[in-house]
Amino acid sequence: MAGEEHSEGGLAFHPLQQFEVHPLFRHYDPATCVPANGITEGCIKWYEITNVTLWMALALLVIVAVFAIGSRGRAIIPTRIQSIGEMAYGFVYKMVEDVAGHDGAKYFPLIMSLFLFILSANMLGLLPGSFTPTSHIAVTAVLGFGFFIFVTLLGFFKHGVHFLGLFWMKDAPLILRPIIAVIEVISYFVRPVSHSIRLAGNVMAGHAVMKVFAAFAPLILISTIGVVVTPVSILAITAIYALEVLVAFIQAYVFTILACVYLKDALHPGH
Amino acid sequence: MELIAAASLGKFIGAGLAAIGSGAAAIGVGNVAGNFLAGALRNPSAAASQTATLFIGLAFAEALGIFSFLVALLLMFAV
Amino acid sequence: MATETTAQDVAQGAHEVAKAGMPQLDFSTFPNQIFWLLVTLVLIYLVLSRIALPRIGATLAERKGTITNDLAAAEELKQKAVSAEKAYNDALVRARAEAAKIVAEAKAEIQKDVAAATAKAEVEIAAKTAESEKHIAEIRAGAMDAVTEVARDTAKELVAALGGKADAKSVTEAVTAALKG
Repeated sequence: MAGEEHSEGGLAFHPLQQFEVHPLFRHYDPATCVPANGITEGCIKWYEITNVTLWMALALLVIVAVFAIGSRGRAIIPTRIQSIGEMAYGFVYKMVEDVAGHDGAKYFPLIMSLFLFILSANMLGLLPGSFTPTSHIAVTAVLGFGFFIFVTLLGFFKHGVHFLGLFWMKDAPLILRPIIAVIEVISYFVRPVSHSIRLAGNVMAGHAVMKVFAAFAPLILISTIGVVVTPVSILAITAIYALEVLVAFIQAYVFTILACVYLKDALHPGH
Repeated sequence: MELIAAASLGKFIGAGLAAIGSGAAAIGVGNVAGNFLAGALRNPSAAASQTATLFIGLAFAEALGIFSFLVALLLMFAV
Repeated sequence: MATETTAQDVAQGAHEVAKAGMPQLDFSTFPNQIFWLLVTLVLIYLVLSRIALPRIGATLAERKGTITNDLAAAEELKQKAVSAEKAYNDALVRARAEAAKIVAEAKAEIQKDVAAATAKAEVEIAAKTAESEKHIAEIRAGAMDAVTEVARDTAKELVAALGGKADAKSVTEAVTAALKG
């Protein structure tokens, strides 16, 4: 169960250690927090400042720096930081308008907040030694289910019972319609699950794979076979790091565009 | 003792089997991307407007692979 | 592995249980993560929707307006440049015509002057020529008289020298006949 805790031939495999949540200003002893056994006195309190707080605050700081401070000049000829903000604005705005339609533009700040939070958390998480909030299912589930509840309520609020027309395919044969409706309802409720787990899964898997390769890198200090393994693993880390930069952006993009699709379904349920 | 050993053996086998799903998802994702490229080369002018659709398709294809990855992780660490 | 762990690390048993699974499935950290996530999201949403996005949107709209205005101004300036060029070309054509006219006039004037001068010169030349001819005729006539005189005298002297008695009248006749012959 704790196999990764044990070194194999001197190599230390801790691919999941990077995901651990710990308080910043006190020593955290996991032995004092075993809810299964009723030990909770050492558990992390909900208000405690942890590495989650730190990295989310850094993400917030980046967003404030680029979008609020960077755009302060309101220059007609933009500075570099200002044009980053303007490019991101144009990118997300076009996405919302293309996918969710013109009346979806009202929810643009919400979509933009999601996109920027995920993007900056992903990118900051690629710094060596950092913590990635978006690799945690707790975080992505709040994002995914929160947005799911929001669009469902929005759909019912805007269209009332007609919102259920989303599940009733009018152009399908009458006999098939109930079956399709069942499938549609199931797929509708799977949406937030896949929406949140996709993000966490991708980020977690990429970071863990990087750590596994990193564990192989010091083999040259232990065994002669390391002459081959170490360069290969360093190359692999480099390649996977580049892929992770791409994934960090694409997952933010995919999360956002799916949010736009779900928003479109809430605004225009009639397909 | 043996029961626990058998249980962890089953866990690892199950996790390995679940990981096959990731490979299947990889085939699906490759299929989506390949077909998109084939279509885009036939009609490059229409390709740019369909990138959003491409990513939605990729996301749906990939989601199921992520599910199997999740099952593997759950078997390894949570069960 | 699990059996080994529990057998060996009895003292750390609780520790191992807590650290066992994925950190993602450690539910004791969930309230903390969710709380800070909500705080961060609300702050990001407020910063973006209150400050950043309206500002960026306004800047983009302003830029679009400026570009449109500048394009219109550029179009206007272009029109002005085109009309200025046309005016310049017109002026050039007119100036050229004017210059040609002036040149033609000057030429005609000069021609007239030249003709007048030529005519005057010709008249003068003709007068001078006539005068000269008269003068030459006078000189010639004078010379003929002198020659006749010299011949008569010479003939009279010759006749006297030869012993004859020169009759003035016959000498003159003979000289005149000889000069004519």
